[in-house]
Amino acid sequence: MHTHGSRTALAMPHYHAASPMMFVDGHVIPNISPSKLKKKALQHGDYEWQDPKSEDEVVNITYIDRSGKKIPVRGKIGDNVLYLAHRYEIELEGACEASLACSTCHVYVDEDYCDTLPEPLEEEEDMLDLAVFLKNNSRLGCQIILTKEHDGMTLTLPQATRNFYVDGHIPKPH
Amino acid sequence: MMLSCGVSRLIVRHLRTGVASTAQVPQVCIVGSGPAGFYTAQQILKSHAAAQVDMYEKLPVPFGLVRYGVAPDHPEVKNCINTFTQTAAKDRFTFLGNVDIGSDITFSQLREAYHAVVLAYGAAQDRALNIPGESLPNVLSAREFVGWYNGLPENADLKVDLNVESVGIIGQGNVAVDVARILLTPVDILKKTDIPENILERLNGSRVRHMTLVGRRGPEHVAFTIKELREMVNLEGSRPDLRREDYKHLRNLIPNLPRPRKRLLELLAKTGLDAPDPKLASSWAAAEKQLEGEGLNQRAVQTDETESLQCGLILRSIGYKGVEIDSSLPFDQRTGTISNNGGRVTGQNGKVLCTGPVGVILSTMTSGFTTGKVVVADMETGSVDISRPRSGQTLIKSALAEKGVQPVSFDQWNRLNQYEVETGAKLGKPREKVSNIKHMMDIIHQ
Repeated sequence: MHTHGSRTALAMPHYHAASPMMFVDGHVIPNISPSKLKKKALQHGDYEWQDPKSEDEVVNITYIDRSGKKIPVRGKIGDNVLYLAHRYEIELEGACEASLACSTCHVYVDEDYCDTLPEPLEEEEDMLDLAVFLKNNSRLGCQIILTKEHDGMTLTLPQATRNFYVDGHIPKPH
Repeated sequence: MMLSCGVSRLIVRHLRTGVASTAQVPQVCIVGSGPAGFYTAQQILKSHAAAQVDMYEKLPVPFGLVRYGVAPDHPEVKNCINTFTQTAAKDRFTFLGNVDIGSDITFSQLREAYHAVVLAYGAAQDRALNIPGESLPNVLSAREFVGWYNGLPENADLKVDLNVESVGIIGQGNVAVDVARILLTPVDILKKTDIPENILERLNGSRVRHMTLVGRRGPEHVAFTIKELREMVNLEGSRPDLRREDYKHLRNLIPNLPRPRKRLLELLAKTGLDAPDPKLASSWAAAEKQLEGEGLNQRAVQTDETESLQCGLILRSIGYKGVEIDSSLPFDQRTGTISNNGGRVTGQNGKVLCTGPVGVILSTMTSGFTTGKVVVADMETGSVDISRPRSGQTLIKSALAEKGVQPVSFDQWNRLNQYEVETGAKLGKPREKVSNIKHMMDIIHQ
């Protein structure tokens, strides 16, 4: 155990130190993680409020909301599906505004279209781990930017999250 | 169940409130202006066409733990403030800061003034270990310490001595990791965050070099999440120093775990076992774990074995509990929460609370949305009686005036916000927080 320079020694017999973890400081000046700096350009979602300029740009997708209702949406190339959902008043929150710091825009992607999306970044995977009812086709909506390849894709919002059942009922994943 | 939030219900609601527009405006108040309160307000305003929502906050400033709890080096998590500010701008919403429910205004006054009361005031007390030595100098709660480096007025004068090398943190949740990261991150990076200048100066003088996170159980039971662990592992200038023997068994455990636990423990095992730097394995001693049960379903039992750890500063981070604001509420001292059934306070017809905000922003948001839906649903079914008119903030404001308390409006907060952002810009940071209430009020009333 490290004991350098400590002034107070406290034994804590009631608290069994089964698994201490230590982080020892050196003196190197670190860099800011690149994850903190990216995705700035996509904030606010103004772009998603512009209508497609031509049919060539159109990407038709369908959202299935939390009540199971299908909502077809005429999107366009370059639209972020989080902000596109906001435009059509679909309940996808996006608390961190696409900065990969939450999982409030969790969606299930049509299995047939999963391969058309770029592999998730590590930061997205980390946030998906906090999503409720995670599945193989789970993605964060804010990381999905439409291309022509996505025409016909369906995005399903998770039915429920465990916190809705404040009475302690535990819903079964479907 | 409560999730049937779709369009059909909204239309019904519009029709009904359209017909009844000359009748009562439902008066709802929310105690607390953190994310739970704001998400609840957002939901009520969205799913009810007429309800007035008043939000009471003890401090002159809004946003609770988003301002005072979220780590200063996680500014992206604070982006939800933009949505909250949009909610605050709505006509049917009023922010009343600088009002302490329980002292300036009683809970029964609120009940008289409003059809529904939502309690979203959080969990302001930290749990204690109840062991000898807990009140010694430099044995503090992590909550106070987090409040201190985030500029929370009540913790501005926290007596903490950073002229120490080793710090022990009791607890292995995200708060514990946040504290460890802030104490080990070089000040050159921290000065770009909204940590107040006087705190930066103190952190600059810190001699802290070793952080130890102590937990009751094994590494498979840690409560922190993977993002926080990854930041710790990658924190330049610091190296993980894990006791190898404690992580060996993880390899067998990992394959059968659900994905989130699997990825977290894979990173933890990799960090603990595959350490490339030979220095890392140097300081480990074997630790016996005494656990009952198998796999992840274990609980800690006390053993006869003890181990001494020299620490100049100890921070306990073992959870929070709510504060009892009124004796008429069924407060459970053991859990530190108000007894409730589906979010409705037990024995308090029609009064609703939001359970203490725990976890990441997702769970708080979901809990807030649920509470908002419960409020609206109960007003529609009549279990919250809105037939009798209630005077809402009018009654409360006159009671405040009698007491000489000046509530702070959201516009006044905007003035303080602008001041903080402008002061921060000169220092190359997002904002320079004012952490003295009198100073806040002076700026607000300038």
